[in-house]
Amino acid sequence: MKIVATLARQLNFFDVDVALSCAPGKMLVMIGPSGGGKTTIIRMLAGLDTPNAGRIAFGDDLWFDSEKRVNLKPQARRLGYVFQDYNLFPHLNLFDNAAFAARDKADVQSLMALFKIDHLKKRKPHQVSGGERQRCAMCQALARHPRLLLLDEPFSALDVVTRRGLREELKSLKGKLACPVIYVTHDINEALFLADEILPVVEGKIDRGWMQRTISREPGEGAPTKGAREPRLALVY
Amino acid sequence: MDYLALYVTLKLAVVTTVVLMVIAAPVAYFMTYARFPGKSFLEALLYLPMALPPTVIGFYLIMLMGPKGWIGRVWETLTGGSLLFTFLGIVVASVVYSIPFAVQPMKAAFVKIDRRLLEAACVLGLSKTSTFFRVILPNSLAGIAASAVLVFLHSIGAFGVLLMVGGSIPGETKVASIAIYEAVEMMDYRTAGVIALCFIPISYVFLLAINKLNSGGRA
Repeated sequence: MKIVATLARQLNFFDVDVALSCAPGKMLVMIGPSGGGKTTIIRMLAGLDTPNAGRIAFGDDLWFDSEKRVNLKPQARRLGYVFQDYNLFPHLNLFDNAAFAARDKADVQSLMALFKIDHLKKRKPHQVSGGERQRCAMCQALARHPRLLLLDEPFSALDVVTRRGLREELKSLKGKLACPVIYVTHDINEALFLADEILPVVEGKIDRGWMQRTISREPGEGAPTKGAREPRLALVY
Repeated sequence: MDYLALYVTLKLAVVTTVVLMVIAAPVAYFMTYARFPGKSFLEALLYLPMALPPTVIGFYLIMLMGPKGWIGRVWETLTGGSLLFTFLGIVVASVVYSIPFAVQPMKAAFVKIDRRLLEAACVLGLSKTSTFFRVILPNSLAGIAASAVLVFLHSIGAFGVLLMVGGSIPGETKVASIAIYEAVEMMDYRTAGVIALCFIPISYVFLLAINKLNSGGRA
């Protein structure tokens, strides 16, 4: 089922005001400078933050509607949500982490094999690398059979080589997923590589020209915005 | 040597510790995560037994648990007996006396848990109760152990509050600290000295345990 959302929320320095939609099996990549409201948007979709106004509909289900005063709890939205870090529970080994909210333990086994971490089942999160932790976080999210997969810079804390590998795995996985995927990144390469649709978000608003401006600007031309530096750096790789 | 008093002390400390762990965990959870007006007032009230003289706590407990107090009256209608001067009475006194020592370390441990972990649990579909049992408790074991050790030590050392509420009935409410006091009053320094000596290794070992828990993080 398709997710359709209009979201507005006041933040300290700007207001978030966006409309987005994503169909099953498709990946919508939200891109933009850090601190531009991308995480806030994804947190509102997850139900962790409440919009001041707006509507979130998943197929025929209404998740949020400020006018009808509907606000479904995050628990009831059945999401997969992978954060940049801190997805895994430190007291559990990787298998138990992946199986934490699993519908069927047999799935966990095959997911861990798919993400090539099935040999690390008994290890605790602090005993494996950052890349392996994020692989496990992906297993944890997918084992729940989510209706919507939210990925908030899941690979950005990883080194370039690991990140590139995971990015490719995610792209090949994408076709097999039956749910909409919303991916947040500030890395233009990642966005171009993964996205079915790119949604540039700058200071809480959709700014379709942002990518073009960021890529085409020559060095020394104008004052770079604070967020534009990071994607430019990412282009080096 | 008053073995009976030592036995009552240990029994009291163990019962108090078990009871308080069960009570304090949800209280600490509530005090950590709930937001409501007047929270700081409630919290100060919870920690009041730490700041009050034990005899003052004892006095109010006598008032509440005595034949004219509401707890005493309810207890009498239910059981036909009195709460004062019974082992159960000193358990209640000891629990009240040690509440702050149970709640504070637990709360400190709960506060340390990263909020993002709780959000992850929430997104994964866990209710608040399941999050408490599946995420918060297993990640605060060191804090809970520290809280248990503190409560145990605090209970074996209780004196004034127990004397007020329980008196000194051998085998029932006469704990070791009261036995020492009575022995000294009778000028029986030998008995007092032997009982007193029993406390030192117990307290020392438990303090070592607390230090280890505090420095080592996870037990």
